[in-house]
Amino acid sequence: MKRRSFLELVGLGAAGVCAVPVARALGSASRTEPAPEALPGKRWAMVVDERKCLTRDGCKACTEACHRGHNVPAMKDPRHEVKWIWKEQLADVFPERVTPYTPAAVKALPTMVLCNHCDNPPCVRVCPTQATWKRADGIVMMDEHRCIGCRYCITACPYGARSFNFEDPRPSIPGELADYPTRTRGVVEKCTFCTERLAVGKRPLCVEACEGIGCGALVFGDASDPGSPVSALLRSTDVTRRKPELGTSPHVFYVLRG
Amino acid sequence: MHDAGKIFLGLGVFVGLVGAPVWYGLGRGPGAPPELEKAVEGPRCVEPTEVMRASHMQLLDQWRTAVVRRAEHVYVASDGRQHAMSLTGTCLRCHADPAKFCDRCHGYVGVEAFCWDCHQRKRRSGS
Repeated sequence: MKRRSFLELVGLGAAGVCAVPVARALGSASRTEPAPEALPGKRWAMVVDERKCLTRDGCKACTEACHRGHNVPAMKDPRHEVKWIWKEQLADVFPERVTPYTPAAVKALPTMVLCNHCDNPPCVRVCPTQATWKRADGIVMMDEHRCIGCRYCITACPYGARSFNFEDPRPSIPGELADYPTRTRGVVEKCTFCTERLAVGKRPLCVEACEGIGCGALVFGDASDPGSPVSALLRSTDVTRRKPELGTSPHVFYVLRG
Repeated sequence: MHDAGKIFLGLGVFVGLVGAPVWYGLGRGPGAPPELEKAVEGPRCVEPTEVMRASHMQLLDQWRTAVVRRAEHVYVASDGRQHAMSLTGTCLRCHADPAKFCDRCHGYVGVEAFCWDCHQRKRRSGS
């Protein structure tokens, strides 16, 4: 056999082997698609209206609905705490608003915090496995299947929005629901703006819970749609964001008191 | 060739030890294949049984990627039927008890599946 024809034969053979999986994929008639009832959104955002939230002393409706619905564990050790949406003192959420003369009562005002779903999320930049990434609709999503537990994202997030499972969360989940998976030891978790609900036409659990008690302090919607309630609020009210100087461009906005 | 005896003896011991799991398996012969519980609902799986038997892991990977990374929740099977892509919500509707289905085969072939470290093994009520 000539060198030339040998090379031709080997080349053809290799091409044939490579074509098998391609042909198999093209031949498969199955496909995946979004559910027809999925909520359409180009840029999901939330407004936390503290004027309303602060009227409910000690209210935990949103936290309870979210943590129950997502099987978030209540770890006994406070260093192992896992949280998706919770309250922090105003002085810790907006430290730049505190002066040496701010009254202690104002510093201590309970303020809702959650993942800010930034336009430029630092957590996404540092994730080595793309376990966390920004979706086209702005949601910073977590894929716990890919998370290797390096916790770079926790270090990178300037808002402390992420929690790590230092221990197996399952024994610490009060009333585990069958409708949502749990996490396992060694992965990071956080608020996902309820992607599992948006995909089937429902709004986030915290928003529904807040409306359910007649408060309506959490307003959620598509910021790119001028007709949405969230847009109306953003365009008519003096809203602020956490640590705007960092350039992360959070998409959780705050209407602060007064 | 003064030490041929010792060398061959050494080789024999080496092959015996390294291949121990293989010799053990050959000696025991093939075990009885696991008996799987029949699906409690529906006459057909999302894809034909042969496809599911050979490629359920690829299918589940495809479902995971579609749902988590692309927010696509509907699987249109090769026969055109539509299914919600959910391990607990769809698979367990028919294969009600993973202990009598998944675990039996996986135990038999010694392949550990860690789906249930996070996903719910309990069949959803009313689904």
